[in-house]
Parts: sequence; C-alpha cells; structure tokens
Amino acid sequence: MKELLIIAIGSALVNNVVLSQFLGICPFLGVSKKVQTAAGMGGAVVFVITIASFVTGLVYKFILANKAILNGKLVYLQTIVFILVIACLVQFVEMFLQKSMPSLYQALGVYLPLITTNCAVLGVALTNVQKEYSILTGVINGLGTSVGFLIAIVILAGIREKMEYNDVSESFKGTPIVLITASLMAIAFFGFSGLI
Amino acid sequence: MSIAGIIVAAAIVGGTGLFIGVFLGFAGKKFAVEVDEREEAILGVLPGNNCGGCGYAGCSGLAAAIVAGEAEIGACPVGGAPVAAQIGEIMGQEAGEQIRKTAFVKCAGTCDKAGKDYEYYGLHDCIMVNMMQNGGPKTCNYGCLGEGTCVSVCPFDAIHIVDGVAVVDKEACKACGKCVSACPKHLIELVPYEQKHLVQCNSRDKGKDVMKACSVGCIGCKMCERVCEYDAVKVIDNIAHIDPEKCTGCGACAEKCPKKIIQ
Repeated sequence: MKELLIIAIGSALVNNVVLSQFLGICPFLGVSKKVQTAAGMGGAVVFVITIASFVTGLVYKFILANKAILNGKLVYLQTIVFILVIACLVQFVEMFLQKSMPSLYQALGVYLPLITTNCAVLGVALTNVQKEYSILTGVINGLGTSVGFLIAIVILAGIREKMEYNDVSESFKGTPIVLITASLMAIAFFGFSGLI
Repeated sequence: MSIAGIIVAAAIVGGTGLFIGVFLGFAGKKFAVEVDEREEAILGVLPGNNCGGCGYAGCSGLAAAIVAGEAEIGACPVGGAPVAAQIGEIMGQEAGEQIRKTAFVKCAGTCDKAGKDYEYYGLHDCIMVNMMQNGGPKTCNYGCLGEGTCVSVCPFDAIHIVDGVAVVDKEACKACGKCVSACPKHLIELVPYEQKHLVQCNSRDKGKDVMKACSVGCIGCKMCERVCEYDAVKVIDNIAHIDPEKCTGCGACAEKCPKKIIQ
C-alpha cells in the first residue's frame, strides 16, 4: 500500500509527465489558453490514461510476454501493438460515453479524440512495461501520471489567463512566452525532487 | 530471427488489427446514437462560427435546441433571415420576417474632438479604465474609452478602434451582440441595418457640460425633435433618441442638428 502511494505521488509530482519527462507537450501548449478547457482536457487524459494502462498491461502480460507464444520473445512488438490498442480504446471509449453517459461525453467533448495523439498515453504504457510493474501498480502509475498532467496543464492555463493582461514584448508574444513559462514551471517542479 | 518468428509477429499484429477493426465495427453498431436527420441538416445551414451569439454552446447546440423545439428557427443572429428561411424549410415552418441588424457605437468623440482630464497609463482594457477616476481619462463620462474591449470579443473582426473610438464595419458585423454586452459604458446598440440616421452620442450631461467636454456631443437642444414630422425623435435625459419604427429616413433632423451628430 505504502509503495503504491509512493508511486502515485512520485509520478504525479516528482517525475511530472510534462515538466520532467517532457511527454504530452503538444496538448500542454495547445489547449492551455483557458482554465476551463484545460481542466476538460486534463480530465479526459486522466480517464484515458488510467484505462489505457490497465488494457496495455493486460495485452503485455497475456500476449506479448506470454511464455507460451515464442517463449515471450515478442516484447519488441510492444510499441506498435500499444499504439493500436490505445487508438482503438479511445475510439471505443468515445462511442461508449456518447451512448451511455452523454453528460460526461459533453463535458469531455472534442478532447477525447485528441488524446489519441497524446504521447503521454503511450509513454505511461511503455514506462509500466520498462519498470516491470504489475497491472495494479501500472494502473496506479497511470493515474498518478495523468493527475500530474492535469495539475500541470491547469496551472499553466491559470498563468496564461493572467498573462493576457501583461505587456509582453513583440518578439515573445504567443508560443515563446508560453515555452518560457513552462520552463520556469519545470524548474519549480524540480523542487519536488526531494519529496520521496 | 527465424521465419517462424516473423510469421508469428505478423500474425499477432495483424490479428490485433483485425480484432480491433471488427470490435470497433460492432461497437459502432451497438453504441450508435440516433441523431435526428434534421439536426444535421440544420447544422449544415448554420454559419458554423460557434460564436455563441444565440446563447447556446456553439452551432451544434443551437441545432439540437431548434429540433427539440426549445429555440426559434430565427434564433441565429448571425445567419439572419436567409438562414432562418432555410431552417424553416427543414423544420417545415414559415420563417417570420427578420430584420438585419448591425452594431452601432453611440460616440463620435475621436481624440481631437473629445477633451481629456488626465493621461492614463495602464492596462489596455476598457473595464479597467472605466474604474479610474470619472470613469476614464475623457472629460465626457459617457464616451468611448477606445481601449478595444469590444475589438477583442468580436468573433468576426467587425469592430476596430479608429482614432480613439470604436467603429463598426457594417458589412462584416453579424449582430451577435458580444460587443454590446462587453462595453462597460453601454455604448453599443443593435440597430436596423437599413436605418440611415443615428445619434452618435450617449452623453446625458446638460448642454453646457457637453460643450466643454466634446465638440461633437448632443447638447439636448431639441431642434431634431421639433423638426421631425413623424414624431420619431425624442430628447430624453438630454440625449436624442430616434425610434426606428417611426423614422422614415427623411434626414430633416440630420440637417438641423447644430452639432452634426445625427448621421
């Protein structure tokens, strides 16, 4: 139990997926103009990563690393199979939500399909395999990582909302100042490294 | 690597792909959501700007509301009469008469015409400036602040600050009403596109104070009220109002106005 908690906090804050692993930068910069949309994107990512780490864990354990098939030599296929599975999963989740939970579907909206291209999802799946986590530990790691993404994107969106009122010099307007902000946030998050 | 390894690898990836394809196909059938055909047709007719001028979350929200009978067929302020007619056709209803409207800024006090009490240095945002002493640096407390809050909310690039005053591009304006609610001075109004004569002032101060503050302010002299044959112009609270229902566009008021603010 204690170990799981450490993994969750570690992946959320210390090894923050965006700010120290540099995964999922695209939605981090793209959908962080307003806190509300950023929270929507973050929520959708939490949802998908948690499910994806469970399903990819299953696929890895019972198909790719299965000793019965070629003596477990198929692990090198993990990347391509995980991409397939994640893309399918996102599609399926979208269909399922639209049918059975329209209100959640409305809340997540356009962000759901966008996640297919979020490399943080694949990143978590591969990290789980690399660190030889069990399926439960993998899911906890996925949850922690995605909550870390949610925290980072909401903070950046909050900063960007305030930055609208600032007189940014012409050459730094737009993406450059956002990148600088993100780098300062990364330095700030570095402070968590002594936490565990 | 042996041939068997390659074949098994190909079989596993191909099998996964095949399984996913079949699975998604079935899921698509099973979880298909029935969308009203009319909803999609209406969505196709709507402008697709997702400006929110109708009060719904984007064009798809309005389309759903129209089909559900919650919104009028002419609820899209941007599309106006042509879109209302097309939606009416889809829904099998007659479209009522729609008058094209446009936003209008009731101020002509450009930098050289309106006086200033002090210089303002700070955030370029009308809502902020409006909180300053006397509601901004202009001597006139009713006029356009020229910081462009309306410009930033306009989804159609139809309003611009020209010489310190917001000016609406009548052709580009879709009358979505965003600027109307954004202006802290409540200077912007939706008026009929066809109306020729409008009062370019919002000052409710007495004539003497207006004269001091701005060279193009309404002094409430009532010349326009007297000259109007159709009872369309009324001076209320020291400012002239033109009733678009009664106005015939004869232009007598514009001719008489000593300050030439009826244009």
